[in-house]
Amino acid sequence: MEKITIENLNLFYGKFQALHNINMTIQSNEITAFIGPSGCGKTTLLKTMNRMNDLVPGCSLSGRVLLDGDNIYGDIDVNMLRKRVGMVFQKPNPFPMSIYDNIAYGPRTHGIKSKALLDEIVEFSLRKAAVWDEVRDRLKKSALGLSGGQQQRICIARALAVNPEVLLMDEPTSALDPVSTSKIEDLIVDLSKNYTIVLVTHNMQQALRISDRTAFFLNGRLIEYSDTEKLFSMPKDKRTEDYITGRFG
Amino acid sequence: MERRLGRIKAKIKRYRKNPLSLVLFILVTASACITFAVLLFIIGFILYNGIPHITADLFAWEYSSENASLMPALINTIIMVFLSLILTVPTGVFAAVYLTEYTKKQSKLAAIIRITSETLSGIPSIVYGLFGFLFFVTTLKWGISLISGVFTVSVMVLPLIMRTSEEALRAVPESYREGSFGLGAGKLRTVLSIVIPAAFPGILSGIILAAGRIVGETAVLIYTSGTVAKIPSGRDFMFDSARTLSLHMYVLSSEGLYTKQAYATGAVLLFIVLAINRTSGFLAKRIMKGNKGWRK
Amino acid sequence: MKKQIERIFENVIFLAACTSVLCVILICLFLFSSGIPAIGKIGLKDFLSGTEWNPGDIPPSYGILPMILGSFFVTAGAIVIGAPVGVLTAVYLAKFCPERILKWLKPAIDLLAGIPSVVYGFFGVIALVPAIRNFLGGNGYSILTASILLGIMILPTVINVSTEAINAVPESYYQGSIALGASHERSVFFAVLPAAKSGILASVVLGTGRAVGETMAVIMVSGNQARMPSGLLKGIRTLTANIVIEMGYAADMHREALFATGTVLFVFILIVNLLFLLLKRRTE
Repeated sequence: MEKITIENLNLFYGKFQALHNINMTIQSNEITAFIGPSGCGKTTLLKTMNRMNDLVPGCSLSGRVLLDGDNIYGDIDVNMLRKRVGMVFQKPNPFPMSIYDNIAYGPRTHGIKSKALLDEIVEFSLRKAAVWDEVRDRLKKSALGLSGGQQQRICIARALAVNPEVLLMDEPTSALDPVSTSKIEDLIVDLSKNYTIVLVTHNMQQALRISDRTAFFLNGRLIEYSDTEKLFSMPKDKRTEDYITGRFG
Repeated sequence: MERRLGRIKAKIKRYRKNPLSLVLFILVTASACITFAVLLFIIGFILYNGIPHITADLFAWEYSSENASLMPALINTIIMVFLSLILTVPTGVFAAVYLTEYTKKQSKLAAIIRITSETLSGIPSIVYGLFGFLFFVTTLKWGISLISGVFTVSVMVLPLIMRTSEEALRAVPESYREGSFGLGAGKLRTVLSIVIPAAFPGILSGIILAAGRIVGETAVLIYTSGTVAKIPSGRDFMFDSARTLSLHMYVLSSEGLYTKQAYATGAVLLFIVLAINRTSGFLAKRIMKGNKGWRK
Repeated sequence: MKKQIERIFENVIFLAACTSVLCVILICLFLFSSGIPAIGKIGLKDFLSGTEWNPGDIPPSYGILPMILGSFFVTAGAIVIGAPVGVLTAVYLAKFCPERILKWLKPAIDLLAGIPSVVYGFFGVIALVPAIRNFLGGNGYSILTASILLGIMILPTVINVSTEAINAVPESYYQGSIALGASHERSVFFAVLPAAKSGILASVVLGTGRAVGETMAVIMVSGNQARMPSGLLKGIRTLTANIVIEMGYAADMHREALFATGTVLFVFILIVNLLFLLLKRRTE
């Protein structure tokens, strides 16, 4: 099932063209990985899917990005878009508030006031993010007092609390230690049963480990995009092969 | 143009769904408007009423109760600023040099010096006036005079010069110092020939800010340099009492008969302050541009 | 030879650096040594809580409570008026202002900060006092007038320190909130501002210090009656005004009482500044 479709997308930062004629489809309830060397545009493309690029001055684009068939750059409510398409950042960024308030922030923003309902949502999100048992007794304490891996899972829970359909993850484990990384990778695989996940990663082994499909980018262009196993074992394009065998990047 | 309308329409739609956001937006914009409007009103009011009364009489060389001339006060102000700067600039800049170039970050002495400097900058002007009266006027027996005023005002602006100079020195890129040391220059030479000149615009901006502060001061000077509306002269001119421009304006407005001249003096004061402000800001911008250029 | 010059230079700038320490010591010394004996003679309780200030009476009374309350009310009024406008304006400048307007607004704030207090005071006398008199009654010289004027005067302080604090909040908080679908306004108020709390509070504390220490503008618009505050539209005298007004003709004990007023003011300002420094450390 097609969740997100990108048609003829060209993106510019001022005069510099960061993305060239991207055409691709993201399937629902799958993990799609974006890989490629630094500066190849994978994070930029990720951010077009929840219009976070709108925050960058001088950014303009042409083409369409469809979510369930609707163009998200057309006449839509951008805040509602971001509710449906959530994001987890590279560096964990919990708000300087209690764990509870961090998770409840999203639902409160979108109108949920009932304490009972908020309590439910907080517990559900923290359980989904596999961190409930660790923090259930310290919900009112500051989120900043947790370890990096825990903070990132709090951020994932926070993103889940608004009930998104898609989760965009920008190198979510690059700032974490190997143990936390592995825990979060397991979490991502588990989440993909119910959510569509797009994952930008620098770590090819990670893409190989957990993603269903992988897209390789170079200099703002989509070079190759297919099932992960196929891309890594029998890459069609020479540039893909050079990258995954470590000849550059 | 169409895109702009479209964007505005989208914004209105968003606000309708989200009334709280609209309220917040209105609050902040209104506050900014109030602030700006207040400024415009005050300046406009004084200039509008003051400029018509700026006559040649006002600038007569000698003060008399007829012309209420501000000339002596103006000259006194210039003298006072000049003398105070002679005292504070070397002291303040050198102190800043000590703090940035000759101490380590954890140095306790540096911390003490900074704390005292910050304390000094928080003391209200009337307390400085009192101190000046007690120390310079009474204990040192300098009497209510130009020199008492100069010294008191100097103590008052010292922290300002120290702080702005320190900021300017810190903004000098480390690479300059490294380049100089790498060529075999000693610390003294590096500081004097490379660091201080590079920080000069910032230091100058701080000096001008201090000058502006001195021009605007009144409470400090009432009981230290006094209210005599004459230019001090003669060999002992330092020990004559001398009224400054701000003080002049205060006296005029409190005596009630000189509203027109008070307005005019106010306008003149505003012009001076405006000029000082713009110069300082202009210099501050120059440093930013200058540094960016070098960094390439 | 070179070494000697270096040594001399180091000593010179070291002395320069110690000047600020020296100044603080001198100020403390003189203010306390002139004020404390006076407080001793009048009696601390009588001085601070006495409600009558009548140095000309026989016997003279030196209670500064009216002035303490005067300073308190005028400052409180200034904060009520100036702090919200100042903080909200800071939010506007930091997060809502388009670039091309910011170019004009920032110098405008600096200009507000540079206007001498006599000019503010004069403006107060010429414009505010008659306005209050016409619209609200009384003779125009009152706590309200002084509060409004002081509120305006502390705006630049509150705005500058608050803007700094807001700009220092990491961008990631704002981005995190936007990514959850919150609007720009909500993100600024509910994710960014709470992180800037201590800095904003510090700005208000600094503003308080400025308001308490202001002299000339207050003298010109507050009436200067040395009696217990009796109404928003009635005149009062602040601690600072007390010193300036009577210093010119005070003698002996009267003069010493004025020094003592200065000492009280000084101690209060030291406390305010300590609070400010502590709050600023918290943000770092």
